[in-house]
Amino acid sequence: MNTFKLALRNLLRNHRRSLTTLLAMTIGAVSILLFGGYARNINYGLQTGYVQHSGHLQIQHKDYFLYGSGNPAAYGIRNYQHVIEVVKNDPVLAPMLTVVTPVLSLGGIGGNFAAGVSRTVVGSGVLVDDQNRMRLWNDYDFPLHPKKLALTGTAPDSAVIGTGVARVLQLCGPLKVKNCPQAQVAVASGADAPSDIAALSDQERVQDAAPTDTSPRIELLAANAHGAPNVASLKVVKAESQGVKEFDDLYVGLHLPQAQRLVYGAEQPQATAIAIQLKHTSQIPAATARLDALLGTTLKSEPLEVHDYATLNPSYGQITGMFSAIFGFIAILIGAIVLFTVGNTMSMAVVERTVEIGTLRAIGLRRGGIRRLFVTEGLLLGAIGAVLGVLVSLALAYLVNHGGLTWTPPGNSDPVPLTVRVWGEVPMIIGTAIGLMVVAVISAWWPARRAAKLEIVEALRHV
Amino acid sequence: MNPVILNKVAKHYRLDSVDVPALADINLEIHPQRFTVLSGPSGSGKTTLLNLIGCVDRPDSGEIIVAGEPVLALKDDALSDFRARRIGFIFQNFNLLPVLSAYENVEYPLLLNKTPPKQRRERVLSLLDAVGLADRARNRPGQLSGGQRQRVAIARALATEPTLVLADEPTANLDSHTGDAIIQLMRKMQRELKVTFVFSSHDPQVLAEADDVVSIRDGRITEIRRQEDVQ
Repeated sequence: MNTFKLALRNLLRNHRRSLTTLLAMTIGAVSILLFGGYARNINYGLQTGYVQHSGHLQIQHKDYFLYGSGNPAAYGIRNYQHVIEVVKNDPVLAPMLTVVTPVLSLGGIGGNFAAGVSRTVVGSGVLVDDQNRMRLWNDYDFPLHPKKLALTGTAPDSAVIGTGVARVLQLCGPLKVKNCPQAQVAVASGADAPSDIAALSDQERVQDAAPTDTSPRIELLAANAHGAPNVASLKVVKAESQGVKEFDDLYVGLHLPQAQRLVYGAEQPQATAIAIQLKHTSQIPAATARLDALLGTTLKSEPLEVHDYATLNPSYGQITGMFSAIFGFIAILIGAIVLFTVGNTMSMAVVERTVEIGTLRAIGLRRGGIRRLFVTEGLLLGAIGAVLGVLVSLALAYLVNHGGLTWTPPGNSDPVPLTVRVWGEVPMIIGTAIGLMVVAVISAWWPARRAAKLEIVEALRHV
Repeated sequence: MNPVILNKVAKHYRLDSVDVPALADINLEIHPQRFTVLSGPSGSGKTTLLNLIGCVDRPDSGEIIVAGEPVLALKDDALSDFRARRIGFIFQNFNLLPVLSAYENVEYPLLLNKTPPKQRRERVLSLLDAVGLADRARNRPGQLSGGQRQRVAIARALATEPTLVLADEPTANLDSHTGDAIIQLMRKMQRELKVTFVFSSHDPQVLAEADDVVSIRDGRITEIRRQEDVQ
């Protein structure tokens, strides 16, 4: 009859009280694990979204991230194709890569000059096939059905715009955008476009438009590499919500060659970033280290730097930080509840078993043995509560994940399945279980100490 | 050597702010392998004296030597080990551990003494057989009668082959027939195992079986009758 066995039998002696305590611990563990699973899911979901759209890492011209977002001419990567070749062919990096693709971001003015409206926009020139491959990345096995870019299979002068851009440029009707209210107040028309800009626009339109094409068109005005204005006439194939209104009101997606022609004209085309998507997020440190080494040696002709997705998307850190804080708050609350529940149970056990404690001490059990017995009972309560909590959490998570529930995360335009990620989250499960056991042991410690300090004679006399 | 020697032992309790003397100037030697009864009315100090002899309480002054060991010099853990090795206890309310079977209750002191498993098993079975409970070894105390529980308690007290067995009013919670049977059993075991038994009791059945009777009144020994003296 070792201490463990005796402690277990003592717990089974008063099943009702032990069950109540276990229930409290199980509910505590379930709360922690389900919220933890939900927060983990948010984390992975955000990460997946960022990685699918802009990769794990981006190589940019030095200081582009801080100062260059509106100035692709000054902060472009001149030899981006060479950089991509070096990265793709590097023996260390190659096994980690899924996609390496150039991106050109530019600022400009989008205009529907036919309607006399315009607004500032941010254009993003991409290679459509590469972007479609990037959207297949799903390292966390979300039940996703990635849609291809609306630019897929379109003419080189095609563009996709945010629904906000469509609204302002009065293109909701032709693009069949739903929920797109028209302004009730007449927009004051500005002055006509300068004659030279209008001429450029007309020239583009004549060159590119097929006579039978009825798709709406916009003119994208941007500064070229020499600071002079340049215009591209773009056929708008679709208006897509970008999730965040601020971005939706600015977005114009277009083919990379078209964007390069607009900014660099006939000169050597450049890119403002090279997006690198890895097979696994865990490879970021190794890949970054290798890229830094390459940028300092083979690619040192241009001042380049590497940023990861967390740096490029500061909201990622803010959102995950907020969930971590809430998780910590919930864990502390649950820990306090468990602390008092187990402490109360053990205190009652000490009072009820005072004569037994006296008897055990009389027949030769040391004070440490008494302490060990009650602490073991607390530990067992913690362990059983943790195991039950994990099992119930897994069952509830399964039900939630297969219940067909959806939600629209911040920054998303479409609802995604609501999932709670408990299964496979070994560190979280082990951490919660160990945490509960530690709290249970701590709460059993004080009653155990009190039991051990009982005077034998007083304990034997207890009624 | 006498298993118990008490020199000028005194003990008082403090109730609220009042000192209540429990024992005063106790000089006593318990002779080996005897059936000694501490006798006296309620509140006379029998149980206090038994607790001091059993090393579960400490006197205010005096000296106590048990099995040749000046026990007051021992620290708490050493005293616990000493009790586990040298002293067996039989309680008025049996005080068996309710979550353990009869077998496990008898086995428990042997586990404290780290007796090897094979030896432990033989000892437990032999004792349960000796107290007539070999067929109830798997029963828990709740499934046993009062007399059977006290038999298990006797077996437990004798498990470690102690020098001394102390029994505090062991028949007080038993009917006279069962109490008599328990006294006879203890007497038999005491003779067979050559152990020193010390009781606190005012039960005439117990007194009749005693080798030595120590009479106590108001915390003082008033008379010691030894069988040789009686004869």
